[in-house]
Amino acid sequence: MNPLLQIDNLETVLHTGATPVRAVDGLTLQIMQGETFALLGESGCGKSMTALSVMRLLPEVGEIVAGSIRIGGEDLLLLPEAAMRNVRGKRISMIFQEPMLSLNPVMTVAEQIGEVLQRHFNLRGAAQQQRVLEILNQVGIPDAERRMAEYPFQFSGGMKQRVMIAMALAGEPELLIADEPTTALDVTIQAQVLDLMRDLQQRSGMAILLITHDLGVVAEMAQKVAVMYAGEIVETATRAEFFHSPAHPYSRKLFASLPGKNKRDQGLAVISGSVPPLSREFVGCRFADRCDHAWDLCRTTAPGWSAVVVGHQVRCHLFDQTAGSMLHSSAGKTAETAPQGIPAAPSAVTNSELLRVVDLKVHFPIHKGLMKRVAGYVKAVDGVSLTIPQGGTLALVGESGCGKTTVGKGILQLIPPTAGSVRYDGLELVGLERKQLREKRAEFQIIFQDPYSSLNPRMRIIDIIEEGMNALNVRNNDRADHAGQQSSSLQGQKVDALLQRVGLPPETKWRYPHEFSGGQRQRIAIARALAVNPRLLICDEPTSALDVSVQAQILNLLKELQASLGLAYLFITHNISVVEYLADEVAVMYLGRIVEWGSVDEVLGNPKHPYTQALLSAVPVIELNPKREVIRLHGDLPSPANPPAGCHFHPRCPHAMPVCRETYPGSSNFSSIHTAHCHLYPQPQNTSTLQPQGAET
Amino acid sequence: MLNYIIRRMLYAIPILIGVNLITFTLFFVVNTPDDMARMQLGIKRVTPEAIEKWKHERGYDKPLMLNDGEEGAAKFTHTIFFEKSAAMFAFDFGRADDGRDIAHEIKSRMLPSLAIALPVFLLGLLAYITFALVMAFFRATYVDFWGVVLCVALMSISSLFYIIGGQFLISKLWHLVPISGYGGGLDASKFLVLPVIIGVISGAGASTRWYRTIFLEEMSKDYVRTARAKGLPESIVLFRHVLRNAMIPILTGAVVVIPLLFLGSLIAESFFGIPGLGSYTIDAINSQDFAVVRAMVFLGSLLYIIGLILTDISYTLVDPRIRLE
Amino acid sequence: MSMLFKPVILWTDALIYLLVLVVLAFVWYVRRNEHMLAPWRRVGHSASGMAALTVLVFFIAIGLLDTVHFRPAVENSGNSEQVYSVEVLSLLDVIAEPLRTRVEKTYSAPFAAHLYARETIELPDGGQVREFPRLQFGGAHLQNPDVELVADVTERAAVGAAQGFLGWCVLVVLLGALLARQDNAGLLPTLFAIRRGATEVPWNAVLLTLVLILSLLGAALALSTHYHIFGTDKVGQDVFYQSLKSIRTGLVIGTLTTLMMLPFALLLGIMAGYFRGWVDDVIQYIYTTLSSIPGVLLIAAAVLMMQVYMETHPELFDTIAARADLRLLFLCIILGVTSWTGLCRLLRGETLKLREMEYIQAAHAFGVSHWRIISRHILPNVMHIVLIATVMDFSGLVLAEAVLSYVGVGVDPSMISFGTMINAARLEMAREPMVWWALLSAFGFMFALVLSANLFADAVQDAFNPRVRTWSLKAGKLRRTERTKTPESKPVAAAAKDSNPP
Repeated sequence: MNPLLQIDNLETVLHTGATPVRAVDGLTLQIMQGETFALLGESGCGKSMTALSVMRLLPEVGEIVAGSIRIGGEDLLLLPEAAMRNVRGKRISMIFQEPMLSLNPVMTVAEQIGEVLQRHFNLRGAAQQQRVLEILNQVGIPDAERRMAEYPFQFSGGMKQRVMIAMALAGEPELLIADEPTTALDVTIQAQVLDLMRDLQQRSGMAILLITHDLGVVAEMAQKVAVMYAGEIVETATRAEFFHSPAHPYSRKLFASLPGKNKRDQGLAVISGSVPPLSREFVGCRFADRCDHAWDLCRTTAPGWSAVVVGHQVRCHLFDQTAGSMLHSSAGKTAETAPQGIPAAPSAVTNSELLRVVDLKVHFPIHKGLMKRVAGYVKAVDGVSLTIPQGGTLALVGESGCGKTTVGKGILQLIPPTAGSVRYDGLELVGLERKQLREKRAEFQIIFQDPYSSLNPRMRIIDIIEEGMNALNVRNNDRADHAGQQSSSLQGQKVDALLQRVGLPPETKWRYPHEFSGGQRQRIAIARALAVNPRLLICDEPTSALDVSVQAQILNLLKELQASLGLAYLFITHNISVVEYLADEVAVMYLGRIVEWGSVDEVLGNPKHPYTQALLSAVPVIELNPKREVIRLHGDLPSPANPPAGCHFHPRCPHAMPVCRETYPGSSNFSSIHTAHCHLYPQPQNTSTLQPQGAET
Repeated sequence: MLNYIIRRMLYAIPILIGVNLITFTLFFVVNTPDDMARMQLGIKRVTPEAIEKWKHERGYDKPLMLNDGEEGAAKFTHTIFFEKSAAMFAFDFGRADDGRDIAHEIKSRMLPSLAIALPVFLLGLLAYITFALVMAFFRATYVDFWGVVLCVALMSISSLFYIIGGQFLISKLWHLVPISGYGGGLDASKFLVLPVIIGVISGAGASTRWYRTIFLEEMSKDYVRTARAKGLPESIVLFRHVLRNAMIPILTGAVVVIPLLFLGSLIAESFFGIPGLGSYTIDAINSQDFAVVRAMVFLGSLLYIIGLILTDISYTLVDPRIRLE
Repeated sequence: MSMLFKPVILWTDALIYLLVLVVLAFVWYVRRNEHMLAPWRRVGHSASGMAALTVLVFFIAIGLLDTVHFRPAVENSGNSEQVYSVEVLSLLDVIAEPLRTRVEKTYSAPFAAHLYARETIELPDGGQVREFPRLQFGGAHLQNPDVELVADVTERAAVGAAQGFLGWCVLVVLLGALLARQDNAGLLPTLFAIRRGATEVPWNAVLLTLVLILSLLGAALALSTHYHIFGTDKVGQDVFYQSLKSIRTGLVIGTLTTLMMLPFALLLGIMAGYFRGWVDDVIQYIYTTLSSIPGVLLIAAAVLMMQVYMETHPELFDTIAARADLRLLFLCIILGVTSWTGLCRLLRGETLKLREMEYIQAAHAFGVSHWRIISRHILPNVMHIVLIATVMDFSGLVLAEAVLSYVGVGVDPSMISFGTMINAARLEMAREPMVWWALLSAFGFMFALVLSANLFADAVQDAFNPRVRTWSLKAGKLRRTERTKTPESKPVAAAAKDSNPP
């Protein structure tokens, strides 16, 4: 059987800087009819450029310098541009990562889909409208007849991606290229979109080239998998083969660096260093510098393809019958060297309470009307209560827009809370003067999500780290007060020690943030927070912008710091596997309120609230035959400006009852700490004494 | 949406009051009416009587803000501020030095001003957008490169040279149209051709380059890639997708100047002898007719503020995101 | 013996010295910070930008020479106390002494030996003829101008240009030696590298500009001692001299205006964006109100009032130069008042964006004071906007001066500027035969100044704000596509051209 898409020795370069970047360097792959082929890799490995090369839609600085791309035997690179246009959108369609940016903001959805029909089928007028409606119904846009005349900004993120899919389907393509189609979406929405794609593929029999960094998505979707590293494919296999026995050291490391419950009491495997810049020339294996098994041959000779079993090929000397046969048996088959254990310090968790938040509310006024009157409030945080013990970790889990970041900022008083109390070590923080608050600021610090905007690009690392120390007058030694000279040299020593502590050489303190990678920046941000000797760190999605191998480095660091310094963490995240790995207790947030709370085992192992259940079931798992049933949630997160009456979750809840529409449920206890707010469980008699949240209704 | 527009209109009131206060300060506080009289009558040989007469003729012989000599409301109304500044809100601009009513002059001179400014505006917009589109279409080629070079060169020439050069070439050397002047009715057209052409050319460099930047910025957005991924030809991508989005900043940027077209152009009108508001202003500046300059400042601000309101309205018309909010 | 001159520091002189100090301090600071140097390196890589800078350097040098003012001593017998002339001169005036003092009777064309108008001349025998009289200075050394003039002009021009070229050659060798020492390479290979454009800074573009300027300058200098190379104006003053004098006026308007408004725009813009709330409302109200008055009208009104003030207070100025200078300064201030609102709005917007950045949130979490956040986090991160605005505004302000002077609200009529030159010259366009040279030389000098300023501004904008690339990148790309068409890399459907029509 002939492959549908055959790429041979594709070379794509980007002329961005002084030296050309070889984004795709000799890539070969084939995709069969009706097959889902996953191209897996971390950021910057060239997978998006591969997709754009197939479409011949590279950015202006890009250029295909060699190779061939055939679809059904026809070489796309030899086609004149006009003929290529007949391929785009017709034989090959593409959907992109950011549905918000990929749709034209000033054209209606029907117009945008209609123009595909007009272009490729010459369909106009009523017939076109009819077909648009059909396709929109197919991709599950509710009330499509009315919504097709709307503009993209009137759709939610998940709905926009459905519209993108509809647009791609309109040409009835043989191949759909999906470039990180769900990365910008929440897990419950991701599950919906992946379902839709699977469903459509079964119906239409098109092939899918799925580009992703997420092993979970690959496990759910793919039939074939190719792992890309530094511009080339290093391993190809069927899904079963790949998840059963990944061969390439890089692939194996990727699996090992995934956080999870079963790795709680150990450090995660990390891939040292980072992806090499593609502007450089490679001599040997591109992964050699970061590989635990590399030997001389790897650094001098680039490995060719070796077959592990039929249909499973790998580009590694370990599997090369001639060169690495000896090592093949010794190193290749042995289990991953166990990562060094991190001294677990469960004793650090004491019952003494460090932070107690009671009924925290952060409401943002909505101004409307002629005189900009306050017409209502966005209830970003609407009565959240939580406690964190010294040295403990509480994970705050929820989808985007649920208010979890606002909780963190409200606790730190970066946003003044509307109501409620935040007691740190017995001291009430709400309502403190700026000056009084400053005295306590050293105790609690924050680490942000985006390592690129969390460091001032115009300051040296030493100035960044010393900023907090200077502002808060942190001194290691009180005697130094009188000797300025001594104090500054002590401060210098402290900066060195901090950088070493987070795994950076002290010399880096003279450099500027732009010289560091994302993971290194996050280390610097951690060092900055540690500089003032805090006891509580609020980590606001600190790893969600990082690749999985770098994420492992940061998680290891955080765990190690907790063990040695006795830090308490409020870990704000949407990533369940990180929670499993790191947290002691979990609070699940939905629309400004905590709906379920308990220890990690209780909440993740035995979720009680229907939202928690749905959230957990939507997370793609890396198992070959998952015995789980995905609970489909319908619709999107409602606006916090106008939350549904009664239980906020009832419009999406599969178990909704009449009472859910009327009153917000009180707290039901399942163990000493496991509680949930749901009418499915016996309601407490007197809610007001137990949980302030319940008292409202 | 209606609320939004009404709110913008209400916001214009304090701004107009602010403008009024600024002009009052400039014209009556920085220099007293006595200073102005002395200046106009000649510094050396000026008698106090002449100054008093000059002030009386213009109604400047009153206290600035508060008239202690009067009772009741007249305490405030019989002042320079009330009669000269506050009165402008009722379009009472007083009389010019030659005794004519300024409001009447303005009314009769608006049309000739508009007769040049409007064609320049419309033709210019059309021409600049066209050129910018051509350059964006041929981006990263020599067409684009030399187009930008030409724009920068055109930008570097003073508008005075465009006018002088145009008059010299077209009128004096080739005798195609009269060098200056103005006539009523259709007769006006032969006088208008040259100023309009020169007006369009002198604005070409900066505007074309600006529009080109807008187009290119728009073309680098993700939705353009989506449109290309549908297999649409580049011309449709440009006209249907890019142009529609780029028109939002271009149109709204253009709308703000529409009311100001009534003011005409200062230099063009005086060079071509067109009896519009521009040449009126320039004559007033040269003869130091303070009342006229003051009136024009107020009128200019009023028209600009109307332009701002029109901009807000035009946003709601061209951008569905604002219209449907 | 007392001094031969008395130094005079006019207001604008003082401010220019201040500006020079600020620029020098800025250069010193940037040189010490690698990350601040990086965008300037990118400016250095732009061929058009560097060529424009070369031209600008000459303009700036002339402007600075024209800024050092003094009053020369006047010879007076019998009085022991030294008396100084009321006339304020500059270094440029001294250097261009022959141009300044050799005043003809009235108009004369460039390189002319005769006046432009017939005059009745009394013959020794008592008769009268009407003819074009010989000029007092222009071509006065010639016996028979009708025959000798062309040859003499050509010869002098050639000699001057050759001297300029010689000077250029010396510069090339010096530069080559300097670069060769830096790179530890030979002189000849370095020179060839410059020629090929293989150096990091496009020295070939700089040197090409330089050879043009130096040759022209050499020829002009050689000729200007014996001719009025751009003719003379109505009162017989040399137009070349006027053009040189106009440069300082243009530079002062273009730079000091920005210097005047910068503190306001920075302070108010950042405060509005950072503090928001009522501070923002007040500042927005102020700049909306100011910007709602059409610029020319506000300037006209303010300048009119300034005129009244200066006329009624003549005792404030001891020399004509001081008076003209103060008027120039006021013009800068007024232009500044009308032009700060745009920058203020930009800065407010940028600060609004910056204050939500996570590093500023982190600073809040450390309890860092507002003042420190503004000075350490916000100010350094908006400086590129200030820089871009400054260089972009420059050419617009130079052009505005000409228009304002035409309208009658520009510089003092006694001050030589492009505006006053054009204003005086345009009246003569109607003359038969036409007097065109004053206008043309004003046009030429102004065009060269504004064009190079525009090109340099483009290079700066490209380097500091890569998002809004104008054309350097494109030019670079054009070169690249040619280069990559080498035989070994087989061009397969150059993807870059995909989006272009075939």
